[in-house]
Amino acid sequence: MAKRDVQEVNAGSMADIAFLLLIFFLVTTTMDTDTGLATLLPPPVEEEPEDTPPVKERNVFTVLINSQNQLLVEGKPMEVSELTEAAKEFIVNPNDDENLPEKNVKEVEFFGPVEVSKGIISLQNDRDTEYQTYLLVQNELQRAYNELRSDLSKRKFGKEYNELEDEEKKAIRQIYPRKISEAEPKNIGGN
Amino acid sequence: MAKFRKKKSGGQTAINTASLPDIVFMLLFFFMVSTTMKEVDLKVTVKPAQATELVKLEKKELVTFIYVGVPAKKFQSLYGSEPRIQLNDAFSSVSDIQSYIAQSRDNMSEANQSKMITSIKADRECPMGIITDIKQALRKAAALKLNYSAAELATDR
Repeated sequence: MAKRDVQEVNAGSMADIAFLLLIFFLVTTTMDTDTGLATLLPPPVEEEPEDTPPVKERNVFTVLINSQNQLLVEGKPMEVSELTEAAKEFIVNPNDDENLPEKNVKEVEFFGPVEVSKGIISLQNDRDTEYQTYLLVQNELQRAYNELRSDLSKRKFGKEYNELEDEEKKAIRQIYPRKISEAEPKNIGGN
Repeated sequence: MAKFRKKKSGGQTAINTASLPDIVFMLLFFFMVSTTMKEVDLKVTVKPAQATELVKLEKKELVTFIYVGVPAKKFQSLYGSEPRIQLNDAFSSVSDIQSYIAQSRDNMSEANQSKMITSIKADRECPMGIITDIKQALRKAAALKLNYSAAELATDR
């Protein structure tokens, strides 16, 4: 018998299959990106300035966390889940309550003159507070700001805050500036 | 009959391997894309804390990590079971942070230095005392952009 070549398998579509697989894997793999809560630390102070202007009691929203991971907000015990609403009410002060922060009128791009709250959130924790609790409190406070900004952004621009242009974001940040002050740590309710 | 003979007989010819490189490249790309390099060996155990308002750390070259947690089992005889700080590959103390930050800042390009982010990867049960010490050290080192590393909280409210 004469030797004859076996017909070659057509490999032209192999590349297509390869690309198909490649695309499938590209779409389905999720790379684990690092995520976290972003904060900005205050710059170091050389000496305690002696004549810091006093901040009025009504303008400060004190949040204390003790070593048992319990919260004391404005002198009252509170659950973490209630914190967002309380913080939002403090920041907005919808009814111009006398015990909630003052506002001053500020000129903001896109918005014109706007009443901006003078409120500051003061956060203080114990050295034995659990990291998770601290982070949850930070998270709830951040959520209060995020929800307020998102609401305003939807009302004004009809878009989510994240989709706005940088200029518009900046304007909204001016109306709801993130003011969280962390006091030097103390041993409150220590054991 | 003759027709059948034709097909069955004949020497074996090699399968066309022209597309083999494609497949290899594809695998290569896949692994290149999906692997995240483990830059340091974790010597402390970190169970990530959880939160919802997360921000992604997109630019890896801007981020400096500080790990905090209880030393892993095999190091406990040497370093105890109190939460410790890990910088690069070694257990460190708070006083080392400043030089660590300065060093990682030097490794960055000039344009990136001001955008440096420090990420604290701390165990969720670790007490705040050590974190506060780190924060104070970071303030002194003028590394003010801080990121508390956390995973997505599963429950939604």
